[in-house]
Amino acid sequence: METQLKRTPLATVHENLGARMMEFGGWWMPVQYSGILEEHKAVRTAAGLFDISHMGELVVSGLGAEAYLNGLFTNDVRLLSPGKGQYSLMLNDNGGVIDDLILYKREDGSFFLIVNASKIEEDFAWMQSRLPADVTLENQSGHWAGLALQGPRAAELLQQMLGAECLLPSRNHLIELQIANGPALLARTGYTGEDGFEWFCPAQVATFWWERILEAGRDLGVTPCGLGARDTLRLEACYPLNGSDLSPTLTPLEAGLAQFVKFEKGDFAGRAALETQRTEGVKKKLSALLMQGKTPPPRPHHPVLHEGKLVAETTSGTLSPTLGLGIALAYLPTDLSVPGTELAVEIRGRPFPAIVAPRPLYRRS
Amino acid sequence: MNVPNDLLYAASHEWLRHEADHATVGITDHAQHELTDVVYVELPAVGAHFEAGAQICVVESVKAASDIYSPAAGTVEAVNEALVSDPALVNTDPYGNGWIFKLRLDSTSSPSSLKTPEEYSELLGQL
Repeated sequence: METQLKRTPLATVHENLGARMMEFGGWWMPVQYSGILEEHKAVRTAAGLFDISHMGELVVSGLGAEAYLNGLFTNDVRLLSPGKGQYSLMLNDNGGVIDDLILYKREDGSFFLIVNASKIEEDFAWMQSRLPADVTLENQSGHWAGLALQGPRAAELLQQMLGAECLLPSRNHLIELQIANGPALLARTGYTGEDGFEWFCPAQVATFWWERILEAGRDLGVTPCGLGARDTLRLEACYPLNGSDLSPTLTPLEAGLAQFVKFEKGDFAGRAALETQRTEGVKKKLSALLMQGKTPPPRPHHPVLHEGKLVAETTSGTLSPTLGLGIALAYLPTDLSVPGTELAVEIRGRPFPAIVAPRPLYRRS
Repeated sequence: MNVPNDLLYAASHEWLRHEADHATVGITDHAQHELTDVVYVELPAVGAHFEAGAQICVVESVKAASDIYSPAAGTVEAVNEALVSDPALVNTDPYGNGWIFKLRLDSTSSPSSLKTPEEYSELLGQL
């Protein structure tokens, strides 16, 4: 079983650190080191280091790259200046989500995409099938390792490591650094709801940088973190997870991601379907649920009830370590998606009270 | 892993402290370690009767819910209410303050068929 799974350049490092490993999207990944609660807290109060090497890196370049990407994704690529990134979605012709991604513009005609691990091949095939002659598409996922350093002390640590003269990128921006084995990219982005960075470096130097960051960050409380904490952190921040909260049969308008859909920019894949939906209004909306009082943690696929009637099922759910309450996401009928609506989540056959809460469930101070 | 000498063990990683026709039950140090941070314990109903090996309650970590099985046949006569507000006691003190329920054993119940500390340690060695 293990041998068929893909290993990141850091898999052996995780095993040696005593991480609990599991399968995730075809990869052999750490789920936790010291414990999900402790790792979660480290990210909220100091900083945590995650291996995100499983994520895909696609490179799009050429004279027609900007127009090509603008016709494929929902956000407006023309808004990007060199060194800036944006969250965007790649849709099928029905407006359903193939993948959500971050797109960085390195320079004119050169773009760097970070896509979900389980979607690399599918994204590549979809993009390849629409590729014009003046654009090249390259899957560089094997070349890059990714480390995410997330938390209120992340900037301080990186500044120490890179030197006072290094100007750290601002939110959603990317800088390029020359290191051994080639260029590295440092982006101020993340999936935790905290300030933080994503560091992309050649796979051969991943272990060096992982160990160096942990060593340099020891006194600041920097902790290695697994996918378990990544999930509780992103769920508190209400970031959707593709495959759970996003799918080819759900649109970004239903997912509450309308701000990343730019109708005014012109045509893009899935636009016609979204136009119709926008005119008619969405029938369901991805909403945040907050359990009331001590309840079992909600999990994916639990029934959601309103006045005793089944109205939805949860797409994600967990205990929020910050709030000490169960939290979940669910596509609720639009009229029930208003914050304050009283609902119940059925766990092992018993209904437990929940209310619709404003998104996000956690916002850093 | 800590395997106290004065307890009996089920292969499904519950421990049982046998005192005349009563028994106190919890999960082993190995089990709490495998489960990781316990964040919720669904206690059984006092007065309910369970056969040996029946699913009796649920212990949940952040990641997953795990069924707990009754190591002997009997009627629940007490549950550890402290776990409602502090489920992590199952992690920090699995054989003491992290106990989960007490049974009044059926007259036909035979906890002696459970594993001895030596047998349970041997089982852990094979995992």
